[in-house]
Amino acid sequence: MATTAAAPPYVSTHEASNTGIWSWLTTVDHKRIGALYLVTALTFFMIGGFEAEIIRAQLMHPNGTLVSADTYNQLFTMHGTTMIFLAVMPLSAAFFNFLIPLQIGARDVAFPRLNAFSYWVYLFGGLFINASWLIGAAPNGGWFGYAPLTTMQFNPGLNIDFWVIGLQILGVSSLAAAFNFITTIINMRAPGMQLMRMPMFTWMAFIVQFLLILAFPVITIALVFLQFDRFFGTQFYELAAGADPLLWQHLFWIFGHPEVYILILPAFGLVSEVLPTFSGKPLFGYPVMVYSGMLIAFLGFGVWAHHMFAVGMGPIADSVFGVTTLLIGIPTGVKIFNWIFTMWGGNVRFTVACKFAIALLALFTIGGISGVMHASPPADLQQTDSYFIVAHFHYVLFGGSMMGIFAGIYYYFPKITGRFLSEKLGNWHFWLTFIGMNLTFFPMHFSGLAGMPRRIYRYDAGQGFDVYNLISSYGAYLLGFATLLFVWNFIRSWRKGAKAGHNPWNAPSLEWSLPSPPPDYNFAAIPTVTSRYPLWDHKGNVVDYHDGDQVKSAKELGIPMPLSTIKPLFTALFMTLMFAGLLFIHKHNWPMAYTFMFGGAAGMVISLYSWLLSPLE
Amino acid sequence: MEHHGHTPTTTGLDNRKVAIWAFIGSECMLFASLISTYLIYKGRSVKGPFPHEVCSPPVCDTVMKPILNIPVTSASTFVLLVSSLAMVLALAAVENADQPKHTLGEKILGNSKLWLFMTALLGTTFLGFQAFEFTSFVHEGLTIRTNLFGSSFFTLTGFHGAHVTAGVLWLLTLLAIDIRRGLKPKDALIVDIAALYWHFVDVVWIAIFTLVYLIH
Amino acid sequence: MTHSDTHVSHVDHAALGEVKEHPTWSTYWKVAVILTIITALEVWVYYIPSFVASHLFVPTLLILSALKFAIVVLFYMHLRYDHRLFRALFTGPLIIAMATIVSLLFLFGHLVIHAG
Ligand code: HEM
Ligand SMILES: [Cu+2]
Repeated sequence: MATTAAAPPYVSTHEASNTGIWSWLTTVDHKRIGALYLVTALTFFMIGGFEAEIIRAQLMHPNGTLVSADTYNQLFTMHGTTMIFLAVMPLSAAFFNFLIPLQIGARDVAFPRLNAFSYWVYLFGGLFINASWLIGAAPNGGWFGYAPLTTMQFNPGLNIDFWVIGLQILGVSSLAAAFNFITTIINMRAPGMQLMRMPMFTWMAFIVQFLLILAFPVITIALVFLQFDRFFGTQFYELAAGADPLLWQHLFWIFGHPEVYILILPAFGLVSEVLPTFSGKPLFGYPVMVYSGMLIAFLGFGVWAHHMFAVGMGPIADSVFGVTTLLIGIPTGVKIFNWIFTMWGGNVRFTVACKFAIALLALFTIGGISGVMHASPPADLQQTDSYFIVAHFHYVLFGGSMMGIFAGIYYYFPKITGRFLSEKLGNWHFWLTFIGMNLTFFPMHFSGLAGMPRRIYRYDAGQGFDVYNLISSYGAYLLGFATLLFVWNFIRSWRKGAKAGHNPWNAPSLEWSLPSPPPDYNFAAIPTVTSRYPLWDHKGNVVDYHDGDQVKSAKELGIPMPLSTIKPLFTALFMTLMFAGLLFIHKHNWPMAYTFMFGGAAGMVISLYSWLLSPLE
Repeated sequence: MEHHGHTPTTTGLDNRKVAIWAFIGSECMLFASLISTYLIYKGRSVKGPFPHEVCSPPVCDTVMKPILNIPVTSASTFVLLVSSLAMVLALAAVENADQPKHTLGEKILGNSKLWLFMTALLGTTFLGFQAFEFTSFVHEGLTIRTNLFGSSFFTLTGFHGAHVTAGVLWLLTLLAIDIRRGLKPKDALIVDIAALYWHFVDVVWIAIFTLVYLIH
Repeated sequence: MTHSDTHVSHVDHAALGEVKEHPTWSTYWKVAVILTIITALEVWVYYIPSFVASHLFVPTLLILSALKFAIVVLFYMHLRYDHRLFRALFTGPLIIAMATIVSLLFLFGHLVIHAG
């Protein structure tokens, strides 16, 4: 390494085209990191989905006997935690990584090694939380871990410890990534790529990063309190000491509501790429889309207590939060209309990606409408903690976020791998998912309004829920089958799919000017951008941008590339070990606790210093 | 670090400086959560010691004096303020490292090592005050487990102290670099970034000093 | 190479109005003195029982510390002289953070609006 560093910068260029496991462990290429995120997050999506299938099997008939109440608690907690923090957020991160530099005309993110670090922290954090299954003590306090229910007094096992520590680890990953992307979008844009020329996905990603850096510190602190209560005997959530049972709820939802926009805005961004391409028309109302995104993000910090109407905050607070929640529906609705007008009068090509995008419009709207319904406190009192809420957030999360992400995967798979996903299998996947999703979640509106509470592992027959639950469970199996088809499609197409050219969909944005998959340096020459749709002329015809199929290496072109390095991985690993040491405090095993915590901290600081002091290129 | 000139950025600003400002923005929310919690729990402890009020039986077993020590904390607040002055002088010294220095005053003002060292030293002094404060509280019967005030007070000021500690380590790292190869005007940026962090930690203390120590 | 680089970046900065005049060490001194005076004032009013009892005590302290806060940010963190992007990156989150604190104080009944 020393020799490379001493050589003049242009000679230090290396061949990044190598494969093999080591190249993946040390990669700092945003596209490869994006691919790592994609595959890891899809794996966690499968795990979370499997947990859901068990839940639905248990609830299929009254008085189900498949799992115990305790296991059931672990299942729904891990299902929610996995889907939100280990599947949907990282799937969005996969696209942030892969797309942002390509869309703004950059060769990489601002801090390539920090990017690798984010991924490894995410992976280790995900493994850490799931390791709890191995000792039969998976988190069991719900994805929002309400304290004081999660304090030592009421939840003495290791379950919550895994959850608290795991979320802290994952928070580091999200924050590090967010600082990186903010800097990237501000500072790495190609000449002429003004903010108001950025593709809509990059815009939504930009907004999401601000939500992340403002929302995550709040849950970090709420978790710190819980950690301290559990490990060091503080009294933040100790009712006998005068603590307020609402403290956690407020802190959690100050994070939690922005979090739901962290989950949906990237999907909105993807759909805003897919629909114009397949309609052959520019995005309708581009500036309105940008500003409504900003408004949603800003208002998103002022609605959190709509999750708490049932606790009795009083008429003033209820009215204020009810009104802000209704308000936030407006910019959201505006977006839906903009997408519809984008397709209006266009020559729509109904590819699988386009179908998923259209499904988002329909299904998210249903979820948005039920959301507006529980924005009204009196209505919410009937709906809260019932299956109606479960229906709402699955329409926005599955019908919204996941549909958008599937649209993104079908659309960008050719760019990522150089091959198409099979449209034939994709159509099966789409229709089965669409039907399965509605079969699963639509009946929940009814079971919820009929009075079926959330988070129960059993219900008696004859209360009017039976048939809805039966339908939901069949729907869930269908969804599971559809997902398996998708995975099969994904794996097969990665190896054998039909080859894709550089712009297979006739899309307008910069990433499609590059070969599929793009070379490690992305752009042989940094482009100069003169419009929002650089690959379309003013009539919407595709202008050919690429310069032959001869892809030269970075060395031939004299482009300096960042050196691959294992240090971010080690820093992430040691950090995870440091956090893991807290588990031993619970068992009063101080020698192990100290070994892990201090050993991990020392290892982390050493790898961090050696990372910071070694040159990037 | 040498090659950093060769990739111009969109805004002309350095990536690291953009990132540190985003980081500082994020830290606002971190401390907002801590400060809110402290304020929410103010006056809610069911037993003493209390920050500003005497606690007498039956609430406390014995009569307990208000625990906050304003004179000592005023001194430590002053120390932290002065450390910020030392920090800007360190930055100015690095920015002007190439300028010829004639008078003694110019030599002292232009000595980046001195000012980096002074900043770190004052930061450490602040931490010393905090250690003194924490131990005397423990002797007077207030720990992080005693009551809501203890939990929220030690966590809030402890988080701040941890930030100061990280800052001191950062400054010492810069000092080591300065001693080894000398910081030049082209290095001003890495000092600037550390300085922004340092001042931010100072600013947080300004808020804490008023909200926790003075207002009652 | 280094030379032309500095030159280019200099032009850039000027074009963006980024670096205006930089505070000098005499500014720094004055700022330090003002900060010290305000701190002394804060501690002083803390020891005047009649003032502490009055309605003015809390607002006065809040204003004084806000002043200190602003001075450090504007001069020591040279936000006053720096690129407006940095100002945005700091003020946006600061506003959300302060609004959050205030809302929480209302929600937990530490601040109350007296309506009639
Ligand atoms: C039109 C926009 C939306 C409105 C007005 C809205 C409103 C609400 C309200 C009032 C609740 C609380 C219901 C209760 O617990 O009683 C809620 C719950 C929830 N919402 Fe939304 N929502 C909207 C969009 C979204 C989006 C985009 C997502 C995520 C992608 C989302 C995810 C959730 C989740 C996960 C919960 C349940 C939290 C829990 O208790 O576990 N919502 N929504
Ligand atoms: Cu919400």
